[in-house]
Amino acid sequence: MQQLTFLSQRLLQAVFVTLAVTLFVAFAIRFTGDPAVMMTQESSNVTEADLAMIRESLGLNAPFHVQYLQFMGQLLTGELGNSFFRGPIKELIGSALPSTLLLAATSMVLSILISIPLGIVAAVKQGKWVDQLIRILSLTGLSFPNFWLAMMLVLIFSITFNVLPVSGFSGVASLVLPSATVAIVLTAVNVRLVRTAMLDVLSEQYIMVARAKGVKEFWVIYKHALRNSAIALITFFGLQFGNLIGGIVVVERVFNWPGMGSLALDAIAQRDYPLLQASVCILAMLIVIVNLVTDMAYSLIDPRIRVKS
Amino acid sequence: MTAQTEIRTTPAWFSNAMARCRNLEFVVGITLTLLLVGLVLLAPVFFPDGGESINLMARLAAPFAEPGHPLGTDALGRDILARIATGGKVSFVVGVYSSLGAVVLGTILGLYAGYYRGVLDTIVMRFADIQLAFPFILFAMTVIAIYGPSLERIIIVMIVTQWVQYARIVRGSVLALRERTFILAAKSYGQSSAKIIFSHILPNAMGPLIILLTLNIANNILLESSLTFLGLGVDPQTPSWGGMLAEGRNYVQTAWWITLFPGLAIMLTVLGLNLLGDWLRDQLGKSVQ
Repeated sequence: MQQLTFLSQRLLQAVFVTLAVTLFVAFAIRFTGDPAVMMTQESSNVTEADLAMIRESLGLNAPFHVQYLQFMGQLLTGELGNSFFRGPIKELIGSALPSTLLLAATSMVLSILISIPLGIVAAVKQGKWVDQLIRILSLTGLSFPNFWLAMMLVLIFSITFNVLPVSGFSGVASLVLPSATVAIVLTAVNVRLVRTAMLDVLSEQYIMVARAKGVKEFWVIYKHALRNSAIALITFFGLQFGNLIGGIVVVERVFNWPGMGSLALDAIAQRDYPLLQASVCILAMLIVIVNLVTDMAYSLIDPRIRVKS
Repeated sequence: MTAQTEIRTTPAWFSNAMARCRNLEFVVGITLTLLLVGLVLLAPVFFPDGGESINLMARLAAPFAEPGHPLGTDALGRDILARIATGGKVSFVVGVYSSLGAVVLGTILGLYAGYYRGVLDTIVMRFADIQLAFPFILFAMTVIAIYGPSLERIIIVMIVTQWVQYARIVRGSVLALRERTFILAAKSYGQSSAKIIFSHILPNAMGPLIILLTLNIANNILLESSLTFLGLGVDPQTPSWGGMLAEGRNYVQTAWWITLFPGLAIMLTVLGLNLLGDWLRDQLGKSVQ
């Protein structure tokens, strides 16, 4: 019962956030001016009748709330209408979203593989020089502008040593530099989260009991401590998803990666507002869903959370 | 943590070295920060031309290749060092003003939300939910795409999205403090709520705020440079670190110095502030984490 209330509360919260974000974007974009005029700005001899026809076909004569409901209907059914210049938005997003998700997943996995061992070492050797070194490395990683790091990696690996492609998407090799860039910055955050989570668990009584029983230190850390901190780590990593997407949007531009960030930035450059609106809203909804799933997984795995909330 | 390590005592020289390492963090942090702030503040004295003098004879000169251009020149023959010194102003203005704006707004709302609870508290917490799901870059892209880029708009967008972090921290501190004896004592003396909030609760919540402020300035310098790099930040005519990197991107293959040095300037500034923030966190104790 308690769990049910917790889940329904989280669900309500997710719905609220989605509504708030989509309303904001839709409302803000309404202020940009008349889409009919913008669509025809390139062509000459446009009559008032043409403009009226475009407005009618885009459904712009309806009041704001009707247009918003229509837009939400489109988002939920996946029928996203047409962009100003590039055809159906559904197809554009259908090809961009997988690229972004691929980059996000690779970077996240890479970052987890690096940050878990480093975070454990830092926690176990708390206050020792290894811990200090990892802390300084993490602070340095946090200080990189991600797009500059991307350019420096290109300079080193693509231009000087010529071992990896500069940009675009052409197989696994082209995934290396973008995901390395995103992963380095992400790892800087994740290492600290792993360290904190491990320190919390290592001070628990059951760890002391395990040690008192004579369990080998290796197993105390990897079996007793890491397993118990896994739940906290899932949440930490899940909540990083918003940050991750924010970083990817910028890095995609440097590598001309054909993802959602490039799509949204192109939409801005061309003043293609329906496309911008759809891509921003879909990214935001994706983050809401990932955060929701993270929270639910968390409460399903660990009964203690339900009681606390 | 095994029995063996328990017995082994840490030599005195080692723990001294560790303590010095913490101090080193402060020394390096403050040195980097002061160095870059100094460079930017003194830019008008050292580089009266503001890095605008065009010299097509010396275009794309490598570092030290031409006299008077220690960090080389860009595609128009403008001095990179002069442009870094002049362009840093944008970064510091955005970083400092946006963080100050956010801390003032967030603190006031957080204090009242935590003290009175009720509707205001609900609103603050719901804003926190939204902020988690809507990355700054996406929000800024939407706003800038519609209203066009400008320095003021970036600062406003940062304040609007970032006050929540301060409000949450302050709210947390207030909730922890409001039932403490000294607050109850002040109440029983008949002190006004405003007086209690600002002269008893606020000073006790300052530590975490100062840490967050330091890290926030660093982070906003990064965000501003990202936005400007994407063409959504300050006007390309104004020299700025992000703008220099956007220009330099076209010359990465032939003139690496155009991208290396402005990026280093951003990184060292941010690193300096991050080191200071980390040192502060350490000084103010574990309770802050």
